[in-house]
Amino acid sequence: MGAKTLYDKLWDEHVVRVDDNGTALLYIDRQLVHEVTSPQAFEGLRLTGRQPWRTSANLAVPDHNVPTTEHERAAGIADPVARIQVAALGTNCATFGITEFGMGDHRQGIVHVIGPEQGFTLPGSTVVCGDSHTSTHGAFGALAFGIGTSEVEHVLATQCLIQRPSKTMLIRVNGALGPGVTAKDIVLAIIGEIGTAGGTGYVIEFGGDAIRALSMEGRMTVCNMTIEAGARAGLIAVDEKTIDYLRGRPYAPTGDLFERAAAHWRTLVSDEGAAFDRVVDLDAASIQPQVTWGTSPEMVLPIDGRVPDPDAEPDPVKAGGIRRALDYMGLTAGMPIVDIRPDKVFIGSCTNSRIEDLRAAAEVARGRKVSDRIKLAMVVPGSGLVKAQAEAEGLDRIFTEAGFEWREPGCSMCLAMNADRLEPGERCASTSNRNFEGRQGQGGRTHLVSPIMAVAAAVAGHFVDVRAL
Amino acid sequence: MEPFKNFTGVVAPLDRANVDTDAIIPKQFLKSIQRTGFGPYLFDELRYLDHGEPEMDCTNRPLNPTFMLNDPRYGQAEILLARENFGCGSSREHAPWALADFGFRVILAPSFADIFFNNCFKNGILPIVLASKVVDGLFEQATGAVPLRIAVDLSVQNLTLDDGTCIPFTVEAGSKHGLIEGLDDIGLTLKQVDAIRAYEERRRSDAPWVFIGA
Ligand code: SF4
Repeated sequence: MGAKTLYDKLWDEHVVRVDDNGTALLYIDRQLVHEVTSPQAFEGLRLTGRQPWRTSANLAVPDHNVPTTEHERAAGIADPVARIQVAALGTNCATFGITEFGMGDHRQGIVHVIGPEQGFTLPGSTVVCGDSHTSTHGAFGALAFGIGTSEVEHVLATQCLIQRPSKTMLIRVNGALGPGVTAKDIVLAIIGEIGTAGGTGYVIEFGGDAIRALSMEGRMTVCNMTIEAGARAGLIAVDEKTIDYLRGRPYAPTGDLFERAAAHWRTLVSDEGAAFDRVVDLDAASIQPQVTWGTSPEMVLPIDGRVPDPDAEPDPVKAGGIRRALDYMGLTAGMPIVDIRPDKVFIGSCTNSRIEDLRAAAEVARGRKVSDRIKLAMVVPGSGLVKAQAEAEGLDRIFTEAGFEWREPGCSMCLAMNADRLEPGERCASTSNRNFEGRQGQGGRTHLVSPIMAVAAAVAGHFVDVRAL
Repeated sequence: MEPFKNFTGVVAPLDRANVDTDAIIPKQFLKSIQRTGFGPYLFDELRYLDHGEPEMDCTNRPLNPTFMLNDPRYGQAEILLARENFGCGSSREHAPWALADFGFRVILAPSFADIFFNNCFKNGILPIVLASKVVDGLFEQATGAVPLRIAVDLSVQNLTLDDGTCIPFTVEAGSKHGLIEGLDDIGLTLKQVDAIRAYEERRRSDAPWVFIGA
């Protein structure tokens, strides 16, 4: 056998059979389930009289619709439609024997935060979820991708999916990041470079010194936004950081079995000389703190940049896109990014709500105050366990003293399915992953940034280079 | 799933790139636990001037006159013409559910987001990738005074325009077969029970850690 990429290894290890037409039946080790994309899948099982193939392969948690205030948590979800959906997840899990971390469980949180946190996501496994940001779990050398509801039902019923192999791309981020530049800036810079459709049809492996130097949290941030580059999945090779992170996690193996697993996990790297369909090189030192200015994650600039001018864009479809984005975002061509003033600041989402994100954000917030201009600045931890850890370290007090609200875990203002949202025309500095029109509330305007850049914007009342604070 | 039948339909042109699934069906409608009834809320924020909520009666809502689906020429369209990266963003299958419920059966674009592309086939919608130049030409014709009609023949993989122009397209063999036969993927996979069990046995001995505690 020739040299294999990490993707080839993961793929080969999970092929149950190859069909005559070239599609493969791929075995799925793990499925994460949440309230929004699962009710119709469970209903499908019910209608056909089918049972889950292996109940213990699934772990469920409500996250998209859950309230983030203590009061509403205690009183029950106010929105009746959302309440029914969250209740349906509970009923479905009980009926079919699937473990659920319900709203009252201290382990509840965003599905892509709790999977790794619980050790449910393991290197070398296939992980799916009815959610596009399943790419997050690729940080562990797992083949992880988002699927639709029909496929959720397919996995529940058969523990398999019908798949075709993807092309492979290697993105190497060489050298070292400068201070104040984070994993979020790396991935935004990559999307700026290859575009939101640049990864379509590919699985992207991230490599290079700057990726190896990232913590597991940072790696998850990078893989999380692989989907924003259009790729099916993101991957990062296993190393000792991966293995150390998993030791002692509730769903990870223990004792000898852990060591046996770890020995296998260490082989989960692309072989020397393995061929990729495309290779992209980036220089880490050249990456600056990033801010998106438009309505697609590829509309991104370094903090010292100026909003583009559609008249300078030769491609008419692109120029139209810029014009529409400027109009929607309420910005003028050529204005400096640092002159943009957010109304709200949101620190959270499956991209940036882990303990390391909160530590870094708190470090910047310590001893500072949120500007009077900011209507609301909120921190929403990714899970109950992240929240507890942050409180044990006193981070909650740093945030609240600076003027941030400290909330209960969930997706919150990342997609505004619950009460946390932007009003029409409101502008937000957000650590989430999508700046699409209306993503954080109808008419809302989103600028994607790293957690420390979000705090810097909250303190200054406008976007500012965190390194200059 | 209903088998996909050849048909001739009107083309509705949606001239913007990177149309995401939240534009196709906004988040508030995802609270539904049903699979049907999303058609009236398709492109809700673009289509109506007010804010849509689940279970709202749409018959008297104020329409956005500049949105193409509100143009009587395209109200009965069955073919959607789109730009790059159509269907990007979330994995919500509510997007193809809404498109199908409205009556769309074919989507033409230079590129599609991956998960959305897959989801279409599971819901009887045929997404077709065409060269950018071809798409440009179709936009020109579709925005004329007389709407463009296209005959779609999936069996021979061909589109025929009113003026007789033929545009061949490719579709992956398995997906094509699934659409034409209206197959139930789960039923098909369950015919492979023995292969799945055999694989699982092997995996249990090779990687037992996958099966413990979870
Ligand atoms: S935090 Fe945002 S992106 Fe992540 S799963 Fe929740 S809604 Fe999706």
